[in-house]
Amino acid sequence: MSVPVRKFDAVIVGAGGAGLRAALQLSEAGLKTAVLSKVFPTRSHTVAAQGGVSASLGNSEPDHWHWHMYDTVKGSDWLGDQDAIEFMCREAPNVVVELEHFGMPFDRNADGSIYQRPFGGHMSNFGEKPVRRACAAADRTGHAMLHALYQRNVRANTQFFVEWMALDLVRDEQGNVQGVVAMEMETSEVYVFQAKATLFATGGAGRIFASSTNAFINTGDGLGMAARAGIPLEDMEFWQFHPTGVAGAGVLITEGVRGEGGILRNSAGERFMERYAPNAKDLASRDVVSRAMVTEINEGRGCGPNKDHVLLDITHLDPEVIKSKLPGIREISIKFANVDPIKAPIPVVPTCHYQMGGIPTNYKGEVIVDEKPVTGFYAAGEVACASVHGANRLGTNSLLDLLVFGKSSGNSMIDFIKTAPKDLPVLAMADVERSLARVERLNQQSNGTQVNDARAAMQATMQKHCGVFRFKDMLAEGVAKILEVEKMVKTIEIADKSKTFNTARLEALELENLIEVAKATMISADARTESRGAHVRDDAEDTPERPNGRDDANWLKHTLWHRDGNQLKYKPVTMKPLSVDTIALKTRSY
Amino acid sequence: MTTRTVKFSIYRFDPEKDAKPYMKDYTVELDSTDRKLLDALVKLKVVDDAISFRRSCREGVCGSDAMNINGKNGLACVTDIDTLKQPIQIRPLPGLPVVRDLIVDMTQFFKQYHSIKPYVINDTPAPDRERLQSPEDREELNGLYECILCACCSTSCPSFWWNPDKFVGPAGLLAAYRFIADTRDTATNERLDNLEDPYRLFRCHSIMNCVDVCPKELNPTKAIGKIKDLMVKRIA
Ligand SMILES: Cc1cc2nc3c(=O)[nH]c(=O)nc-3n(C[C@H](O)[C@H](O)[C@H](O)COP(=O)(O)OP(=O)(O)OC[C@H]3O[C@@H](n4cnc5c(N)ncnc54)[C@H](O)[C@@H]3O)c2cc1C
Ligand code: SF4
Ligand code: SF4
Ligand code: FES
Repeated sequence: MSVPVRKFDAVIVGAGGAGLRAALQLSEAGLKTAVLSKVFPTRSHTVAAQGGVSASLGNSEPDHWHWHMYDTVKGSDWLGDQDAIEFMCREAPNVVVELEHFGMPFDRNADGSIYQRPFGGHMSNFGEKPVRRACAAADRTGHAMLHALYQRNVRANTQFFVEWMALDLVRDEQGNVQGVVAMEMETSEVYVFQAKATLFATGGAGRIFASSTNAFINTGDGLGMAARAGIPLEDMEFWQFHPTGVAGAGVLITEGVRGEGGILRNSAGERFMERYAPNAKDLASRDVVSRAMVTEINEGRGCGPNKDHVLLDITHLDPEVIKSKLPGIREISIKFANVDPIKAPIPVVPTCHYQMGGIPTNYKGEVIVDEKPVTGFYAAGEVACASVHGANRLGTNSLLDLLVFGKSSGNSMIDFIKTAPKDLPVLAMADVERSLARVERLNQQSNGTQVNDARAAMQATMQKHCGVFRFKDMLAEGVAKILEVEKMVKTIEIADKSKTFNTARLEALELENLIEVAKATMISADARTESRGAHVRDDAEDTPERPNGRDDANWLKHTLWHRDGNQLKYKPVTMKPLSVDTIALKTRSY
Repeated sequence: MTTRTVKFSIYRFDPEKDAKPYMKDYTVELDSTDRKLLDALVKLKVVDDAISFRRSCREGVCGSDAMNINGKNGLACVTDIDTLKQPIQIRPLPGLPVVRDLIVDMTQFFKQYHSIKPYVINDTPAPDRERLQSPEDREELNGLYECILCACCSTSCPSFWWNPDKFVGPAGLLAAYRFIADTRDTATNERLDNLEDPYRLFRCHSIMNCVDVCPKELNPTKAIGKIKDLMVKRIA
C-alpha cells in the first residue's frame, strides 16, 4: 500500500498546554515543525483547568522552590522521581514569568504582581503551614494559559494541522522513532508524518471511567499508540479522583474554591475534614480528601435523597469574592447543579480526574525504555510520566508540568535535531502497514460489537473495579472482565463508512486506545499489593512497618506495563535529586 | 429513573451521498440525567452513528459544539433540553460552508481572528520578573479574555454573513480590543491602523445579535464601540 509522506524536522502530536509550549521552542528555533491536533488548539482540554499553576514566586508571603519540592515529593507519596521534581520546582518561577510575558492575563495583587491563592498540599517551610503558591487567572487559569500559548504560537508562525488524528507511532527495525501515521479528519485521508524527532503531548485518558472530569477527546491516544509500538506504560494504576466533581454531571469544581475558603460538609452539616486532616483540613491532598468523602458517604452521612454526595459550602464567603475570584465556578454550578453557590452549597462527589502514570520519560522529555532514551521519541504533559506526580499529583502541578516539560522536551528535540543527519532515513513500513490494517479492519467489519456497547462495558468495569477504594477480589475480577472487553473491542464496527468527517470512525479508533489504557490500569493495580497515594487497597493493612498500608520495602518502585503478554516489570524510584539532599521517606499525614 | 421522550428535527448533509441537505426527524428516550442538548445528541449518535457534530469539553469552555438551536446560535452542552420548544430544530451555524451535518468549515472565522494579531505585542525588553499590572488595569480585560472562539456571535451577524472575507466580525474585534485594552501591549496605534478600513471595523452597525447569543455573556458590541471611540479620538 502506498501512503503519502510529509517530512519535517519535528512532529508534535497534541496542541494542549504541553504541545504548544514545546512547539514554541521549536518554531522560535526556526525548525520545520508540524503540530497535529484532533481539535482546534484552544479546544484542547487544558482549556478546562481552573484553579492555577504553581510557582514559588512568594508574591504574598515567603516561599521557596525547595518547599514546593518537599510538598510535591510528599504529595507523590514518595513515588515521584526526585531529580525531575527538583527540576520542575526550580524551573517553575521562570516558566510562569515567561508565560506572563507571553500575555497570560493573570489576576494581580495590589502591587501589580501575579495573584496567588492557597491550594491543597501547598505548604511553607517543609510542611508547616499553608502558603499561597497557585498563580491564577480567576478560575479560568487553563483557558487563559492555553489561549496565551496559542497566541504566542501564532506570533511564532507555528504550522498547525488542525483536526488531524495521529493513529500510530512509526518505529524502524532498531526501534528508533520516525514519526506518526495520521488521518485528516475532514477527508479520512491517511498520511505519514516523518520527522527527526516526534513528541507526544496527547493529554489524559480519563474517559476509561464512566464518570470523569475529562473531555470526550481525552481518550489516551498517545498511550495506545505507544503501547502498540512496544513502549511500556509507567505507573498506570495511579489515577487521581478529584474530590469535587459536580454530583451527576462530573464537571469539575476547582480546589481553588476550598483555597478561597470553601468547606466540605456531610449530612449533619459537619466540617468532617477536621477529623481526617486536623492541620490542612479541607486543603489536605486530593487522595486524602476523596477517601474521607467516600468514607462519609459509605457510613451513611452522605447528602441528598440517595445520600450519595457531600456538600461544598461557600455561602459564608463574600458574594463579591465569589463573583470576582470564582465566576466560572458559579456559572458551572448554576448550569450543571442548578445551584447558585452564593445562596446554597454545591453537591459534589469524587470524580476521576487525572492520570499520574504514562509514557516513561526523564526530566528532559526523552522517552526512556530499559534505562536508555528511545531515539527520536519524546513525551510531555499528562501523557508522560517523568515522574513528578508519583502516586498522587498536587493540584496546579500539572499546568506547571506542561510548561516545564513542554519547554525542556522542546529543547531536547532541538539539540537532537541539530546533531541528526540532514536527510531523513528510509521510512520503515512495518508500523505504517499495521496502522493501515487497523483502519481497514474497521472499514470491513460486520457482525461485530457496537462501539458504544464496548465503551460502556469498559467504563462500567473500570468504575466498579478500580475506583477510589480498591478491593483485592474486585481487582482480580476486574482483570478478567477487562480482558473480555478487549475481545469485544477487537470486533467493533461502525455503520457509517463515509470518508467525510466521519466521527463514528474516529470514536472507534479512540476506543482502541482507551482499551490499552484500561488494561494497563487494571493489571498494574491488581499487582500492586500495597496502598500508596491514590491507589488504596483493602488488603494492605495499616501496621507500624507499613503505615497507611504503604510497603516501601517491596513497592517503592515504578510499574512498567508491557502490552505484549500484559507483562509487568518494575524500575527503581530516583530518590536522588539534582543538587539538594534526598527528601527522606516519611509517613504521610496532613 | 424517570424517562421522557423528546422530538428533534436535525439538519443532515453528507456531500458523498446527499445531493442536498435535508431535515430528519428523530425521537429519543432520555433519562433524568440527560439535561443538556449535547446529552441528547450523544444518545442519538448511539442510534444513528452517522450524525456528525463536534464536541469536547461538555462544559462550555472549549467552544466546539456551537450550533443553531431553534433558530438561535448556542452551545449544545450548556443548553437545557427542557426549555426548548419541540421538535427541537438543530442546524449548523449559519453563514459558513457546511462540511457535513452540523460541522461547518471555520476557516474564515479563524482567518479573521488571526488577522487582528491576537497576541501581546511589547518590544521593550522583558524584566526578570513579571510585568506589573494594577488590579484595576487587569480588570479592563474582564469580559474580553474569556472568549472561547465558538463563533456563535460572528455567525449570527448579518455583516459577517455578507462579508466574511472583509469584515473582522464580533469575535475578532472583541479580541482586537482585548489586546488594545491590555496595558502590557504597546501596539495600539498599529492595531487601530489595521482596522481603519471601510469593512474591517466599520461594517458593524450595532445590531447586537452577537451580544444576544454569546454563551459566555460577553459583549462584542461594546468592545467595538470602544475601538470606534479610540479611532475618533485619534483623529481629534
Ligand atoms: C476540569 C479540569 C481542571 C483542571 N484544573 C487544573 C488546574 O487548575 N491546575 C493544574 O495544574 N491542572 C489542572 N488540571 C489538569 C490539567 O489541566 C491537565 O493535566 C493538562 O491540561 C493536560 O495538558 P496536556 O497538554 O497534556 O493535554 P491536553 O490539553 O489534553 O491536550 C491534548 C492535545 O492532544 C491532542 N490529541 C490527542 N490525541 C491526539 C491524536 N491521536 N492525534 C492528534 N492530536 C491528538 C488533542 O487534540 C489536544 O490538542 C485540570 C484538569 C481538568 C480535567
Ligand atoms: S453589533 Fe456589529 S458585530 Fe454584533 S452582530 Fe451587529 S453588526 Fe455584527
Ligand atoms: S465572543 Fe462569545 S460568542 Fe463570540 S466567539 Fe467569543 S465566546 Fe463565542
Ligand atoms: S463541548 Fe466544549 S463548549 Fe460545548
